[in-house]
Amino acid sequence: MATHAKAAAIALLDGPILTRAMADAVRKLDPRQLVRNPVIFVTEAISALVTVLGLRTIATGGSGGFALAIAAFLWLTVLFATFAEAVAEGRGRARADSLRRARTETLAKRLLNPADRALFEPTRANDLAVGDHVLVEAGDLIPSDGEVAEGMASVNESAITGESAPVIREAGGDRSAVTGGTQVVSDWLVVRITAAPGATFLDRMIRLVEGAERRKTPNEIALDILLAGLTIIFLIAVVTLVGLAHYSGTALGVPVLAALLVCLIPTTIGGLLSAIGIAGMDRLVRFNVMATSGRAVEAAGDVDTLLLDKTGTITLGNRMAAAFIPAPGVSERDLAEAVVLASLGDETPEGRSILAFARDRYAIAPTRPETATIVPFTAQTRLSGLDHDGHSWRKGAVDSVRQWLGGAEAPAGFTAAAERIARAGGTPLAVARDRQLLGAIELKDIVKSGIRERFAELRRMGIRTVMVTGDNRLTAAAIASEAGVDDFIAEATPQDKLTYIRRVQGEGRLVAMAGDGTNDAPALAQADVGMAMQTGTQAAREAGNMVDLDSDPTKLIEVVEIGKQLLITRGALTTFSIANDISKYFAILPAIFVAAYPELGALNVMHLASPQSAILAAVIFNALIIVALVPLALRGVRFRPIGASALLRRNLLVYGLGGIVAPFAGIKLIDTLLALTGLA
Amino acid sequence: MLRDLRPAAILVVLLTLLTGVVLPLATTGLATAAFPFQARGSLVARDGKIIGSALIGQNFTAARYFHPRPSATTEPDPKDSSKTVPVPYAADNSAGSNLAPTAKALIDRVKADLAAAGAAPVPADAVTTSASGLDPEISPENATRQVARVAAARHWPEATVRAVLAAHTRLPVLGFIGERRVNVLELNRALDEVRAP
Amino acid sequence: MTISGWAEVALTLALILLAAWPVGLHIARAVEGERTFLHPILAPLERVLYAAAGVDPERGMGWQSYASALLVLNALHFLMLYAMLRLQWVLPLNPDHLAGMSPRLAFNTAMSFVTNTNWQAYSGETTLSPGSQMWGLTSHMFVSAGTGIAAAVALARAFARGGMETLGNFWADLTRIVLYVLVPIAIVAGLALVALGVPQTLATHADATTLEGAQQTISMGPVALMEAIKELGTNGGGYFNANSAHPFENPNAWSSLLEMLLVFLIPIGLTFTFGRIVGDPRQGHALLAVIGIFVVAAVACAYAAEAHANPLLTALGVDPPQGNLEGKEIRFGIPLSVLFNVITTATSCGAVNAMLDSFMPLGGMVPMFLIQLGEIVPGGVGSGLYGLLVFALLAVFVAGLMVGRTPEYLGKKIQAKEVKLAMLAVLILPLSILGGTALSLVLPQVAASLGNAGPHGLSEMLYAFTSATGNNGSAFAGLSADTPWLDTTLGIAMLLGRFAFLVPVLALAGSLAAKVKVPASSGTFPTHGPLFVGLLVGVIVILGGLQFMPALALGPLAEHFVLFAGKTY
Repeated sequence: MATHAKAAAIALLDGPILTRAMADAVRKLDPRQLVRNPVIFVTEAISALVTVLGLRTIATGGSGGFALAIAAFLWLTVLFATFAEAVAEGRGRARADSLRRARTETLAKRLLNPADRALFEPTRANDLAVGDHVLVEAGDLIPSDGEVAEGMASVNESAITGESAPVIREAGGDRSAVTGGTQVVSDWLVVRITAAPGATFLDRMIRLVEGAERRKTPNEIALDILLAGLTIIFLIAVVTLVGLAHYSGTALGVPVLAALLVCLIPTTIGGLLSAIGIAGMDRLVRFNVMATSGRAVEAAGDVDTLLLDKTGTITLGNRMAAAFIPAPGVSERDLAEAVVLASLGDETPEGRSILAFARDRYAIAPTRPETATIVPFTAQTRLSGLDHDGHSWRKGAVDSVRQWLGGAEAPAGFTAAAERIARAGGTPLAVARDRQLLGAIELKDIVKSGIRERFAELRRMGIRTVMVTGDNRLTAAAIASEAGVDDFIAEATPQDKLTYIRRVQGEGRLVAMAGDGTNDAPALAQADVGMAMQTGTQAAREAGNMVDLDSDPTKLIEVVEIGKQLLITRGALTTFSIANDISKYFAILPAIFVAAYPELGALNVMHLASPQSAILAAVIFNALIIVALVPLALRGVRFRPIGASALLRRNLLVYGLGGIVAPFAGIKLIDTLLALTGLA
Repeated sequence: MLRDLRPAAILVVLLTLLTGVVLPLATTGLATAAFPFQARGSLVARDGKIIGSALIGQNFTAARYFHPRPSATTEPDPKDSSKTVPVPYAADNSAGSNLAPTAKALIDRVKADLAAAGAAPVPADAVTTSASGLDPEISPENATRQVARVAAARHWPEATVRAVLAAHTRLPVLGFIGERRVNVLELNRALDEVRAP
Repeated sequence: MTISGWAEVALTLALILLAAWPVGLHIARAVEGERTFLHPILAPLERVLYAAAGVDPERGMGWQSYASALLVLNALHFLMLYAMLRLQWVLPLNPDHLAGMSPRLAFNTAMSFVTNTNWQAYSGETTLSPGSQMWGLTSHMFVSAGTGIAAAVALARAFARGGMETLGNFWADLTRIVLYVLVPIAIVAGLALVALGVPQTLATHADATTLEGAQQTISMGPVALMEAIKELGTNGGGYFNANSAHPFENPNAWSSLLEMLLVFLIPIGLTFTFGRIVGDPRQGHALLAVIGIFVVAAVACAYAAEAHANPLLTALGVDPPQGNLEGKEIRFGIPLSVLFNVITTATSCGAVNAMLDSFMPLGGMVPMFLIQLGEIVPGGVGSGLYGLLVFALLAVFVAGLMVGRTPEYLGKKIQAKEVKLAMLAVLILPLSILGGTALSLVLPQVAASLGNAGPHGLSEMLYAFTSATGNNGSAFAGLSADTPWLDTTLGIAMLLGRFAFLVPVLALAGSLAAKVKVPASSGTFPTHGPLFVGLLVGVIVILGGLQFMPALALGPLAEHFVLFAGKTY
């Protein structure tokens, strides 16, 4: 993840962000905005009520100091909650500002006739319509999202991806998409605009990181309902207390009841819930992945099937030579020399790996005899070779070489070797000289180091990995077992992927996949989490619900972890918040009932100094715990791939048991301080 | 909803007939045939006259009999039917005192009963009312304290009374199922049947 | 507390476990229409019932249809009982010519029996004829129990498979439960109770002349069968005013043991039924473990409280070793009194063999708290299981997020809709219990109903609304509950506690049934094993119980401290 370290440059709690967040926190007190958060809204309403009552008492000459002290800390509770949200948003906003700089107004060169690059009129980027063609030359910013219609150029996309090395964009194929705000550094492109003004990828990204389009995710909605329900329950408990206290011959004041209510309703999680959501998105953004919605991030946590492309994700990009196997009667050295000659015409990575293997293993340098004629490798012939001195050397796919040999029966030893290579997941190539089959080259897919352990880890998390490859079943099965995936799709067509996804979804599973090509689009759309590569086609980018700016499909695994982290953080803080209630009962109940039944002082197990200090200490703790937990909400509770049982045990211990115990200590401490300073 | 009316009505009627008429009547028939004594209330007779139920406590106040626990049962006041008067062991109107442990009325009542109960400590069952007001039994400790009074009233040696008491003291089955207890009616009846020494 | 007392507790609980297991599996077979050993005798009767009612037992019902059938049947049953109670004076089997009930008492009583509460604002032996007790009350005990079990079975089915549109057929579920489960067990248990001394006769009383020559009228009647179904269906409405403390309802330790066994038989058995229906017995065992923890803890607390003598009486010179004996019967002593009342309040039975109003403050708080938890450990027949499952869903939802997945229970994802329905159901408890209590306590004419003053008076009122809402039916019986206000409000509390809880639960079942069943993996929140058990216990206490802490502090807790400080009221 070293390449993504740059994104972490925004520190957890940055000075300017904090300053701005404080101002935003006050602005967010607007009840019309707060009503979206039932717990904090109720807290605000109660704060206002207590303030008014406290002021009225003072105005009528009474002693409203205690009421106002409670009111002050109730307001602080609300303020801390809005502050948490503002800080989370602030971090996204810093990122948005840097993105916005890339959107500086440029004049685009709009072509009047797409076929004629000479005739264009300068047009403001905002006035470009979908379907317009624009010319972008070296040094120009690409004005909007589009598809390359003509030309090839290197483009610096660092404004979006943070990666400064330029990438190639060309017409046709899978590298035809360009993004507004990126810069052409050499050559030129004719781009057909595909995004309406304000709807470009950059615009979407800015809105996303700013949280402007933030909608509550399904899980957040469910949690909100739970919290609202709890609020109502405790509202009932506190309001009815008036009647019960009346019977018991004691009158409970509004400030005291307000303090009890606010301490009991889940203000901690209520105050941090939206911050957790925003921070989750932000973590993804800093990881250089853009999710189109929070729902997608949440779905990532739920994913239990990962579809991974073999090449580039599970194995290194290319197959490499792993052995030369001579035919009967041929020496290994002779074969090696023939291989080198036959491979001089093969410029593909595979060809180069063969030469490298020969040099490393047999110390044969790839020198070309002067009079030799090179036969270059082509996709049609699937052969490369060399003619020299009336001799011919050829190397290539087994059937191609045999065809070149005139279809003669291959020696039994060779056929056996070729079959063995294929069974082991490799690809056999044949080498021949002058009508004689000399032997085979074993090309192997090299499984990335550490990937097996990674998959074992995923399995412990309850996630199945599925390898997708165009290889035949035999080869695919061998690589699958070497990499340790749970399943594979061999000879996969885009349709196969789609069918597979539909089938496992039918079993109730959630599927994530990465893809870049246009024909991946249907599968990307069908998958619950479809991560498109930034280098991919526009179709793919629109079909998926995430875009990886680094175009690294292995990041799918981390995306799942980020999704899980988001859910865990919510669950942990909810548990903590609810567990806190126990201690608050022990602080407040004896304090408010001691007038009716002095004997109930026995419940004051924390030995708090006075009824007033007890109530204030509980309220203060309740407010402070929100700020104290802001860093955790923003950072997220760490996900550990140790299996659900172990994870749950750990988190229950820390946040459940901790949630029961911590406030006892906290309230006692605050009470002691209040007593020492004589404030209550 | 409307189309559920017919099946609901029919099932209600049929299930009521089955479980509310057929079943209770059948059980009554079977029970009376198999366990006639219990089914009819475990009634005990002496000289052909019913003297009570073996299971239901009754009030004894005479010194020659063992006394049961206090009872909180009541009957309607003959003078004013909206009020009730205390009638201990009214077996047609079971009731407990329902006094709270903090009730002044409980403390006052116990104080009054203690005054008549002799030297402290007094067994708890001698001064507390039972849940039904019809508790047929007392603890052996409570009974033992009454031996002297009963013997004196009958002009018997205490040992005789004590022997009858011992014979009618029931112990827990296997030492732990149930309580040590004495059925007052059974004990008093046995006393009456003892030939005076 | 004594060793022999605990041995009695242990023996009872062990016998219950042993008996509940086969019964639970039998229920699962019966409701799914599988053949049982009772089919040769009862299957023809079952077919006759279906044919007469014109129902097809194989036709599945969606949750709305299921709920509609259930509600219509219960509404009709309510009306019928109301009519029977009002018209008692013209109906047969009324040898003592008892009058009809007043409208408000008939409303309260009919509501009480249709909701499986069996709150008794009347005194059985002086108000009701043997006829009313038989076809009025006894038949309701069968049907209301059957209704609860049917609803629980419907919810259990929702977890069994994925993508279901129906929850089963209510008519068939009810009929099968009554025929194959309740009737046979009730007959056998009823006869066993007769053997132990419980009367079963159509005579209303016997007149005795005591040894001292006084007259004693001994009430009796067809008690044994009613006693059996009263316990078996966790109904709790006794034939007599003193309920299971009356020697005719509960003559000795053995009958007490049998009755406790009957009370727990189905609620505990249903955890096995659940395990079988969802195809994973361990899931049922986990719920059973949760129940076990609450029951044992409750027995320990109540036993400790009651084994302690009332300090005010000890101060007067009463010997303490017998414990708090006021309102208890000698034949049960402290251990059986405590165990019986914990068992009948942990379920929604509400039968009592000792007077809760005279329990020590903390001894009385235990039954009250058990009901306030939602009457779910193990709760009433059926209603307990579905209530417990609602809490299991909430527990999984709150803590399940901590494994990093959208929480799921038995493969069914818990999302906004499920949380909403679960919270809707759970909200009923504080609303009805605390709302009803607070409102009643501020009305001066209502406070006059209280039988005791001081904090205990608050406990009495709190207990009444707790018991009514939890459909328990036991009482701090010093409260004079037959008043216009209490008859009406407690009737409404029973209605809310039963049906306002049940309808969201059936909606929940419908929503869950339709979901795909996510296959379990190592990333799945495990809902069996000690971790889940501990979690569920914690969630039930914190979400279900803590909201009642302030009320309990002003009632039993205050009374406890006041009592030991030597105060009286």
